[in-house]
Amino acid sequence: MSQPLLSVEDLRVTFELHRAGDLPWTRPRLLRAVSGVSFELFPGETLGIVGESGSGKSTLARALVQMVPATGRAVWQDGADLIALSRRAMLRYRADIQMVFQDPLASLDPRMTVGQIIAEPLRTHFRDLSETERKSRVKAMMDRVGLLPNQINRYPHEFSGGQAQRIGIARALVVQPKLLICDEPVSALDVSIQAQVINLLSELQRDLGLAMIFIAHDLSVVKHISDRVMVLYLGRTMELAESRALYGDPQHPYTQALLSAVPIPDPAAERAKVVIPLEGDLPSPMNPPSGCVFRTRCARAEDVCAERRPELTRAAHGVACHFPGPVAASAGRVPA
Amino acid sequence: MSAMTRHEWLLSDRPTSRRQARLGQAYRTWLSFRTNWLAMVGLGIVVALVLVALFANVIAPYDPVLGGDLRTERFLPPLTGNHLLGTDDLSRDIFSRIVHGSRLTLLVVVLVAVIATPIGLLVGTTAGYFGGWVDTVLMRITDIFLAFPRLILALAFVAALGPGIENAIIAIAITSWPPYARLARAETLTIRDSDFISAARLQGASSARILWGHVTPLCLSSVIIRVTLDMAGIILTAAGLGFLGLGAQPPQPEWGAMIAAGRRFLIDQWWVATMPGVAIFIVSLGFNLLGDGLRDVLDPKARK
Ligand code: SF4
Repeated sequence: MSQPLLSVEDLRVTFELHRAGDLPWTRPRLLRAVSGVSFELFPGETLGIVGESGSGKSTLARALVQMVPATGRAVWQDGADLIALSRRAMLRYRADIQMVFQDPLASLDPRMTVGQIIAEPLRTHFRDLSETERKSRVKAMMDRVGLLPNQINRYPHEFSGGQAQRIGIARALVVQPKLLICDEPVSALDVSIQAQVINLLSELQRDLGLAMIFIAHDLSVVKHISDRVMVLYLGRTMELAESRALYGDPQHPYTQALLSAVPIPDPAAERAKVVIPLEGDLPSPMNPPSGCVFRTRCARAEDVCAERRPELTRAAHGVACHFPGPVAASAGRVPA
Repeated sequence: MSAMTRHEWLLSDRPTSRRQARLGQAYRTWLSFRTNWLAMVGLGIVVALVLVALFANVIAPYDPVLGGDLRTERFLPPLTGNHLLGTDDLSRDIFSRIVHGSRLTLLVVVLVAVIATPIGLLVGTTAGYFGGWVDTVLMRITDIFLAFPRLILALAFVAALGPGIENAIIAIAITSWPPYARLARAETLTIRDSDFISAARLQGASSARILWGHVTPLCLSSVIIRVTLDMAGIILTAAGLGFLGLGAQPPQPEWGAMIAAGRRFLIDQWWVATMPGVAIFIVSLGFNLLGDGLRDVLDPKARK
């Protein structure tokens, strides 16, 4: 395969939490939002990142664009480490990595018209564009994402969520990025609109040859758009595999539980499906379980799971579990 | 363009230019402002003040500084002869003095707004946006200013700078910005973490650009409302300084100074001190009503 566009190694994000009323010298409590995530992303590829809220998926995305401080490495194709770059040096890469946000309306300045919003990044990154040139690029982009030309002078609040997300996408793509990070871009939208936006994104991705990181909180959303999928739990990678492999033959108990919660359109299959309930709540990321972080909710957990942390296997289909295997394998096993 | 089509042009939901979109928004704001009659009264008073100040030479029948005959025309009560509001101890027509005094009042109000608002906005948005020690330092300075009652602080500054209308304006401006800084900071804190600011930062916009292009416009409306509501206080402070002899100097027809001059004759010639007092009252009321009305239509949190 070609050279990766982005290779992330052992990315960690730790927040220091000060409780209200803490004295200045008390030790802050540490929240490890992302603890040691590694993956590679190839040009033109879509990586889906799935996890419950609190799994660190958004934090991971934000760390890649220096919105939150992180440690580890995130090496861009030209060798620059996005995490270590200074603010000034990062500026060169800003146009290459763009982001689409979860709440489309909140991500648009309410005092600007659609035309101004989409033109804004051009003003920063393509300073020598003439006014007419800029305008024509904005118009072309609006057309590309399915906005009407006569909407150019309207304000964001006049748009529906789905339309507003199109504006957000246009703003991200107008600078011709190489990587588009979509942070739950459809979670805030009506189900009927979600498919439209996802289709638009995958179309744009194909036509523009974009690499994409697509974050979602359930597996069904990323299924069709992703080439590979990474499942996160408490800031750690549980499983990372080609879409087909992950959906067809999930190896990790957590992935299996998530998949069993996805409704299947075929009623017969839906009835025949084995539902693996996820027991209990997500443990506090402040105080994660020892060994395998999933063990408190895992039906297969054994003593070893509490003692040693399973490493993500370095195969094409990576799993972080001491007892990986298809669903049936676990059916007869009695948790110790 | 007839009135009807202009109305339609402004309310069009398909504006063809940015100017039309912006005018349309302003027009909608105006339509909702117009339904508030108290606010319209306030606006009327403020517009009247501006007009009177502009055309003082035409409106005032007499010279504001040169008096009439000291033997026959002192202390004429209101409505004697041509003296609508009577004359004062130096036979000057009080109405003419009030009309010319409106210029000083307007000058104070405008200059204080022009000086204090940008300072407050700059300090507040900078403190709120950057946070950390920048915030701490700027806000402690603001607190120091806020710790003193405004008139006292203004008095101290004028005492240091020397009496006079210019120094009074500077002193009032220096004492007026802290509340605007606090307000702008509070607004900035709510805006700072919103996604569209993150989006702007991700696009590589500089801090200055974010502050100026995204944060300030959003703080502007609440600060403008606050400034308008403060106008009454500013006028009163200016009048207070004038009254104490530290603001405008005689024979300038400043309203506060006029009250100070008239207070010696309050029992026998009540109108000398009362008339400028009424003027201060009406103008302060006008700014307050206008500010309330503006808050109703402009404040995004009160709307809907
Ligand atoms: S390592 Fe053990 S606890 Fe963790 S997922 Fe695998 S079986 Fe379950």
